[in-house]
Amino acid sequence: MRPSFPRSLQTTIILLVAIGLVALALGGYFGILSDWFGRSVVSAQTWISSRYVAVVDFLAVPRDVASLRQRNAELEAEVAQLQRQVIELQQQVTETEMLSALLDFARANPEYTYKGAAVIGRDPSPFLRYIIINQGSNAGIRRGMPVVTHQGLVGRVDAVISEAARIQLITDPASAINVRLKNSETEAILVGSITGDLSLDMISQDVTVEIGDVVLTSGLGGNYPPNIVVGQVVSVRKRAYELFQQAAIQPVVDFSRLEIVLVITNFRPVDIAPLITTPVP
Amino acid sequence: MLPMLFAFPVLGLAIMLQTAIVSRINLLAGGADLMLLILTAWALQERVTTAWHWAALAGFLTASISGLPWFVPVIGYLLVVAGARLLQRRIWQAPLLAMFAVTFAGTLAMHVLSLIVLRLSGVPLPLEDSFTLITLPSVLLNLILAVPVHTLIRDLAEWLHPVSVEV
Repeated sequence: MRPSFPRSLQTTIILLVAIGLVALALGGYFGILSDWFGRSVVSAQTWISSRYVAVVDFLAVPRDVASLRQRNAELEAEVAQLQRQVIELQQQVTETEMLSALLDFARANPEYTYKGAAVIGRDPSPFLRYIIINQGSNAGIRRGMPVVTHQGLVGRVDAVISEAARIQLITDPASAINVRLKNSETEAILVGSITGDLSLDMISQDVTVEIGDVVLTSGLGGNYPPNIVVGQVVSVRKRAYELFQQAAIQPVVDFSRLEIVLVITNFRPVDIAPLITTPVP
Repeated sequence: MLPMLFAFPVLGLAIMLQTAIVSRINLLAGGADLMLLILTAWALQERVTTAWHWAALAGFLTASISGLPWFVPVIGYLLVVAGARLLQRRIWQAPLLAMFAVTFAGTLAMHVLSLIVLRLSGVPLPLEDSFTLITLPSVLLNLILAVPVHTLIRDLAEWLHPVSVEV
């Protein structure tokens, strides 16, 4: 059977309809229809996409949490390690500054030879003010050697064993040191106390002692080398009926924070005991 | 034998802690005495029989480090143990009370002994200042530390002297 329309006519009609539809669409006659179609397509696309992402997330998230936890633990460990390093470096900086100051002191006073030592303890008895250092006779330290820091006088070696030594601080109640006041060029005796305060005694009444006067070792008695800074006068007590005036001294060394000290190893104290005559009964 | 052997590490560690840490923690001019607390707590334990040995060892260890004359810590700690043993027999039902009492009396005894010996050896220590600035703060610090030290030493004593149960 032959078709009612020839093929070419069918094609022509289809083309004309198509062109007509396109022309109507471009002319805005299909707006409502195309909007509805577009919204439907976009909604369907959104729904499909969101479901796909949800499924992917559902499958992938547990692995991510595990890996995040592991990563978090790694980072926390790294932070802890870095914090440790920062603390260590800060300690090293503090120690380096202290050692640098000690080195400056040693360079400024080249007449002495020094042995550095760390403070490792304090005397168990609260009545005494001694410290323990980690250098002893094996390092050439001997009893009586003076001990200083870059700030000034600390004390002297009281007892020594092979690897450690005990230092009597100048703040010890039993300590008495011959000193001189730099400005007034007068001599006195520096004594410690149970509270750790320092005071000057045996200052002649006719000497004018000013607040702020610097106190140095005098070298008298042979127990300490001369001209080591001890402290400054902070107050003076002068009473007319007393034989001597007294003065309170602020030490230059912070004895509560002693960490590293220098032992002057080429100074040997002089024992003047045989020169002191004892009365014959 | 084992409790006596344990005295060396325990008291050795104690003297290191004392000189390195405890002696740096001051209240006014006073400080705690870890050895005294350990000896007191040890001597107050009922089954402990080596308190005198511990006291002698603690005394010699302290004497080897301190600037005090050697016999002061030795005699002082032996006195503390004597007081603790005496009290332990009387008020054994209240070990903490006994700990406080012996700590108080022992600190006073140690300080009086130190003060007498140092003054006799020529150290100018004013009595009133020594009492108010050193002894009283030391007593307070020792009493504060008494409870944790007693707990630790009691556990150590129970571990070294287990109760034998007859079945």
